[in-house]
Amino acid sequence: MNDEKAKLAKQTVFSERLAVLRKNKAFIVGTSILVFWVLSAIFGKLIARYDQDFMDYDAINSPPSLKYWFGTDSNGRDVFSRVVIGSRVIIVISFLATLLGAFVGASLGLIAGYLKGKFDMVLMRILEAISAIPVIIIALLAVAAIGRSSSIITILIIGFIFTPNVARTVRAAVLGESELEYVAAARLRTEKTAHILFREVLPNVLPTLIVEFTVRLGYAIFAVATLSFLGAGLEAGSPDWGTQVADTWSLIFTNIWWPTLFPSLAIASVAVSINLISDALLEVFEL
Amino acid sequence: MSATPTLELRNLEVAYTVRGIDRQVLRDVSFSIAPGEAYGLVGESGCGKSTAAFAAMRYLPRNGKITKGSIFFEGDDIVSISEAEVSRLRRSAISMVYQNPSTALNPTIRVGKQIAEVFELNGMSSDEAMTKAQEALTTVQIADPSRVMRRYVHQLSGGMAQRVVIAMALASNPRLLVMDEPTTGLDATVEAEVLDLVRELRRDTGTSVLFISHNLGVIRHMCDRVGVLYAGALVEEGATAELFDNPSHPYTVGLLRCIPRGGLHKSTDRLDTIPGTPPALGTDFSGCVFADRCALVDDKCRSQQPQMVTIAGSHVARCFHSDGAKNLPRSVENISFAPQHDAGASNFGETLLDVSHLSKVFNQDGHKVRVINDVSLRLGVGETLGLVGESGSGKTTIAKLVLGLTPPEEGGVISLDGKGLAQTLNRRDVQDVGAMQIVFQNPDQALNRRHSVTRIVARAVERLRRFSLRNAIERAHELLSGMRVESTLHSVRPVQLSGGLKQRVAIARAFAGAPQIVVCDEPTSALDVSVQAAILNLLVDLQKQDKTSFIFISHDLGVVRYISDRIAVLYLGRVVEFGTSQRVFSGPFHPYTEALLSSVPKIDGSIRKRIPLTGVVPSPSNPPSGCVLNPRCPRKQGSGYESLCESEEPNLTEVEPGHFMRCHIPVEKLKQLQN
Repeated sequence: MNDEKAKLAKQTVFSERLAVLRKNKAFIVGTSILVFWVLSAIFGKLIARYDQDFMDYDAINSPPSLKYWFGTDSNGRDVFSRVVIGSRVIIVISFLATLLGAFVGASLGLIAGYLKGKFDMVLMRILEAISAIPVIIIALLAVAAIGRSSSIITILIIGFIFTPNVARTVRAAVLGESELEYVAAARLRTEKTAHILFREVLPNVLPTLIVEFTVRLGYAIFAVATLSFLGAGLEAGSPDWGTQVADTWSLIFTNIWWPTLFPSLAIASVAVSINLISDALLEVFEL
Repeated sequence: MSATPTLELRNLEVAYTVRGIDRQVLRDVSFSIAPGEAYGLVGESGCGKSTAAFAAMRYLPRNGKITKGSIFFEGDDIVSISEAEVSRLRRSAISMVYQNPSTALNPTIRVGKQIAEVFELNGMSSDEAMTKAQEALTTVQIADPSRVMRRYVHQLSGGMAQRVVIAMALASNPRLLVMDEPTTGLDATVEAEVLDLVRELRRDTGTSVLFISHNLGVIRHMCDRVGVLYAGALVEEGATAELFDNPSHPYTVGLLRCIPRGGLHKSTDRLDTIPGTPPALGTDFSGCVFADRCALVDDKCRSQQPQMVTIAGSHVARCFHSDGAKNLPRSVENISFAPQHDAGASNFGETLLDVSHLSKVFNQDGHKVRVINDVSLRLGVGETLGLVGESGSGKTTIAKLVLGLTPPEEGGVISLDGKGLAQTLNRRDVQDVGAMQIVFQNPDQALNRRHSVTRIVARAVERLRRFSLRNAIERAHELLSGMRVESTLHSVRPVQLSGGLKQRVAIARAFAGAPQIVVCDEPTSALDVSVQAAILNLLVDLQKQDKTSFIFISHDLGVVRYISDRIAVLYLGRVVEFGTSQRVFSGPFHPYTEALLSSVPKIDGSIRKRIPLTGVVPSPSNPPSGCVLNPRCPRKQGSGYESLCESEEPNLTEVEPGHFMRCHIPVEKLKQLQN
């Protein structure tokens, strides 16, 4: 009976699961926060109260007030406006980097899990070697080697680093799927391997892939923030959160905490919201 | 009843909370089991059999609760007692044997230690417990118990593992043993052995048994009294023989009629079915639970809930029309077909598929394992070839070889309509691929759960018949309607369909390429008997209509006998007997076939003398010398051919016209031994 119930639960229709998801508190909180930041990323200039580079020389390092909600930094720039506008860089870069990693990783995982054998063996060993190197070190090395930092390079590096994790997760799911008889049925109507992989198997491992994507997105936010904090992530002078923290953190010791706190909170809130979403997805899809 | 019953359920109601709503699964269930009695619960899946068993052990899943009624164990109400007292009962008085022994045992603890734990729980020292554990293994007739003690679960066969579970369940000397489908996953011969063991142990210990099974034959064989559950309500109850011989609830009557009993054959009989589908979990009823599917229904049935009426003695049925149940109108007309050809005749139809010298070697942990050994088969146009044999005999592998899903070894020839086929699928042309299709055992796995029903079938039409998408969809709808899948269901995903409907979709897909041969690999073994009957009828209709040939794989000999024209009996990757359905089932039998047939518990209660197969199926990596059956052969001893059996492998020879056997013992001698 327990087995039967588990089976029943697994068979619930996708739409029913979405209904359950919509009632999940973690999911609601997570999406609300994330939606706010995504809106900021798109409409940042409209939400911001001042231009990101507008300097008020009469209010340098002024604490949070009605005029400057999050205070101003040492150049007299409005911290609130800079945090809102700065969301675009980090969210876009993290998203693209994760997308890249998910795309390459999922493709490799699908092929490795379906073909098995030597190809699988060799590929997985290479991917394991890559995932043994810490992300920040690779990024710093790459920036040092290329000689300048740019967002494109950050995207490529983070995407590259995430590929093994995604590939491994997808491969594990595909290994199970490819034993199922619908794959044999597809072969018995002369389907090409590519069709079997992307039209038959992929849709069935999609929930796994989506959850893996959100988990990686959370890590990407941190990675991008860390790199820009270290000055290795993005073009110099961009108003992103990592750079803001890097530029202002030394002032904490002079009791000027607001230019550091608010961008830090922003980073934390995005990371937490994404984790809440991925937890909710994990729970609802029973992965 | 004078003595206090061991277990008594009184007006028990159980509900499961699913997505915040309480759904009733047991409705006012009352029955009692006397000391030493075996009580059987039967019914189709989802009717509440297991729930009743779990409730009796106070072991409902977390979302289940007893909403009304009481459960008495030896006169004490156990609904309200504390968890501690429940554990004490489970430790000392009530035991359970589960369906799947490999998951019921802990894979990380040695078998001996696991059994010993039960004794230790009851206060024995660990040395004493180990000795007792070994004795327990001896009691359940495991060969070489001291070696089995040191093994892990994965080193045991299914039958051995179930014996270990039974040994553990009996370790506490229980007064009640709950057995939930204890033999469902086992092969027929192993099932027969385990059932024999349970009966013997019951005689020796006098334990009461609550026996749950969907298999009516097993229940008839094992139980003193039977209760029939439908939609969570007990609809009929009585002494086993009386209930089976004189079923008085329309559901019981229908259930018994669905089963392809010995003697029925597709050429002369159509199976009856129970129309409609069982109600969803937690449906509310104002009248009889079976009203929607009953042929005898009237207004009273829909508005009033029937009470149990006495049929004879303790035989009761919850039906207003129990008098008429015997003459329940058939839901499927029985068209009496004139036999197409003399069932015993040897003439093959025009040969469609000719398979010769097929072998397959798998590489297992560096060992070469010959799973299929020189198999040759023939299949005529519009015929059904049944493949039977225990698990591991190579039935499914043969199907895969024929379909080209895996290539055979050098020398194997598969020819269709006289034309040799390429050994692998991607080297066969579209016509050849479309000509041979398959219906898998488990439609949940065989249908892509992300695709709609239409897409699943239309895609097959598109690929195999090279139709345009529009025409393919049109053809798919025709096929689905032909399989009686309503058009409202064409756009849904497989998960929204019942098991029977899913299998109909799978059949529609198999017929998409206008196949000449369809392999049916256990197509009904995941289905309830009433659904099975409908699917078998459908397959027979399709065969009559299109002259399609089937290769039908099943472990259920009744089903194979019903649908097959010819039967090949497989053992260890070899064909040991091949002939018309009539010949194979009526004898003279190959000793293996004889043992297989005798192990099936018959539903009419007649006892066939069991011809036991001793020991376990040998590993194909190290087959016995001589005839592969010889270490287990029930007819070897005393046949006078012992030394030949042990030294030389017999050939498949024609013993009668159209009847082939692989046995050294001459057929006349076998006939003599078997009478």
